[in-house]
Amino acid sequence: MLDRRDFLKLAAVGGGVVFASALQGRALAAAGYDEFFFVQLSDSHWGYSGPANPQADTTLRTAVASVNALATQPDFIVFTGDLTHTTDDSAERRRRLIAFRDIVKELKVKNVRFMPGEHDASLDSGMAYKELFGETHYSFDHKGVHFVVLDNVSDPGANIGEAQLQWLKADLALIKKTVPLVVFTHRPLFDLAPAWDWATRDGAKAIEILMVHPNVTVFYGHIHQEHHQQTGHIFHHSAKSLMFPLPAPMSQPKRTPLPWDPAQPNKGLGFREIEAEVSDGRYKISEFPVGKV
Amino acid sequence: MNRRNILKGASALAVMGTMAGVMSATRSSIASSSNPVIKITAQRFNFTPDEIVLRSGQAAVLEITSLDFVHGFKIPDLGIRTDLLPGRVTTIPIRPLAPGRYIFLCDNFCGGGHEDMNGALVVSQ
Repeated sequence: MLDRRDFLKLAAVGGGVVFASALQGRALAAAGYDEFFFVQLSDSHWGYSGPANPQADTTLRTAVASVNALATQPDFIVFTGDLTHTTDDSAERRRRLIAFRDIVKELKVKNVRFMPGEHDASLDSGMAYKELFGETHYSFDHKGVHFVVLDNVSDPGANIGEAQLQWLKADLALIKKTVPLVVFTHRPLFDLAPAWDWATRDGAKAIEILMVHPNVTVFYGHIHQEHHQQTGHIFHHSAKSLMFPLPAPMSQPKRTPLPWDPAQPNKGLGFREIEAEVSDGRYKISEFPVGKV
Repeated sequence: MNRRNILKGASALAVMGTMAGVMSATRSSIASSSNPVIKITAQRFNFTPDEIVLRSGQAAVLEITSLDFVHGFKIPDLGIRTDLLPGRVTTIPIRPLAPGRYIFLCDNFCGGGHEDMNGALVVSQ
């Protein structure tokens, strides 16, 4: 069992990354914003079967247990897409989504946010996902931070689409520019590696809309590894997978999964905590392995 | 993306692709009868052939036919992309100038092997 002090110690020595990004620090603290933290999990690919993870039927459950083992539970948990591995069979897609939903019901924290990845939604325009999880794009507020979930996967061509972009504009028009903004997406909004399809076709339009807000941070999945990049003043942070790791962008000819290591079966997998440190204006990102918390 | 938008997008993007693909010639001159025509088939989850070899500055015409899905065809480093409508031949005139290896890929998610659906245009000196 890891208590809060242990967590902070681990974050300090074990890959905790601090980003002075969105929050405006003392000014916000003075305005009554609270510190809080949330957990991001991504790319669980429930239903995958193959050599990249021979333990595919246990990894998600292990990750749920790892999150539940945190002594201090997060305010909420977000899954940034590819909840399931794709299938052509629509009935099987629903079975996988339901099985995923049943497993994550075991999370102690009941405030859990979802969004689809292309494996969940691209082959049926998100139909099965919507039946079981609701809308694919939405926003919510938490302790003074505005969170936006963008769907860049229901279109198989990785377009957000004009309708959703207009919705984004309208949604952001309702908040003050000074309100910190956190965006969750599955694919990167910027062109990380277009030759590996690690991009959003109209992502630049979303970034243009977001750019008028001074405090924006994006958390995404899709690339099965930790990656940090800045476009203008916007920070983009990708998360590890819960199924198999992928190689660094364009580091090898093909984007094939990294080989599974029987000596370290969960190597390269993990989840993260994001702590909104309002007092000093930083997000603390701490990476955790699966199964060792 | 509905079918009408796909058709609109395919038409517009095919034109953009041919114009942006590091070419010095016009579409009509590239598509002249003397230039080689390279026929490519797209089918989940392969392009056949998946390697195309051209000399630097050599004009050619890609004729791509999808057999089963609205695949995408994208060569990011040449600024070329289009949708491939099943049953239609999509024509892309190209004249790459710089030697190198240019990856092409399907960029419309098409199923379990989508991540493997790619190939390379190899441009020699």
